[in-house]
Amino acid sequence: MAKPRVKVPKSATAGEVVTIKTLIDHKMDSGQRKDKAGNLIPRKIINSFSASFNGEEVINVKLEPAISTNPYFQFSFKVPETGDLAFKWVDDDGTITETKKTITVK
Amino acid sequence: MKLTRRNALVFGGAAIAVTLVPVNATFAATDLTLADIAAFTGGADVAEGGIELTTPEIAENGNTVPIAFSAPGAKRVLILADGNPSPGVATFSFSELAMAEGSTRIRLATTQDVIAVAEMTDGTYTKVSKSVKVTIGGCGG
Repeated sequence: MAKPRVKVPKSATAGEVVTIKTLIDHKMDSGQRKDKAGNLIPRKIINSFSASFNGEEVINVKLEPAISTNPYFQFSFKVPETGDLAFKWVDDDGTITETKKTITVK
Repeated sequence: MKLTRRNALVFGGAAIAVTLVPVNATFAATDLTLADIAAFTGGADVAEGGIELTTPEIAENGNTVPIAFSAPGAKRVLILADGNPSPGVATFSFSELAMAEGSTRIRLATTQDVIAVAEMTDGTYTKVSKSVKVTIGGCGG
């Protein structure tokens, strides 16, 4: 399904605070809208977004239908060491989308 | 201080400035919003302030309204949109690695208050609200 896009710096100094931007393509059907025939389109959103660094959770967001189409998140965290920042999005239907970026500490 | 013409003008100007600045307008939230806040805090007292919530004053398109917050010392932040059919927007949880800040894009059905409630690492709660004028709503079809 949805293709995620993440912007993560390739390198950082130890303890540096880096800003991460993420975006994923998703319609985020809120369950409030109607189609052309007037039928309610059932809710289908990404309900959870999280990022972890070397297996330790950094941020976790619970999403409601009031998050816009193609959910965008920006956050920042302190890089302790070289490692992988893993992102995970969970759809209402259980589909999980994951991606990973490596940050090297110089 | 003598009441000269100059002083009178200064006072007049200050009085107008005070009335123009919306001092974090009185907090009148809907029952649904209050219920969501109570569910988040577990009924604890909620202080005011301590969170920097950035919203546009006027959002032309309610389908995608950029918001940002910074709540130093918070471990969880709840974002609510008071005038939406369902006020919940998102709940952010931060680990010790993360800065207690974030930004995203949200849907607003109509002109309303956006509220951020933060749970601090010491277990206290605080909130702020910001009014956003919406030209085209982002919920109906």
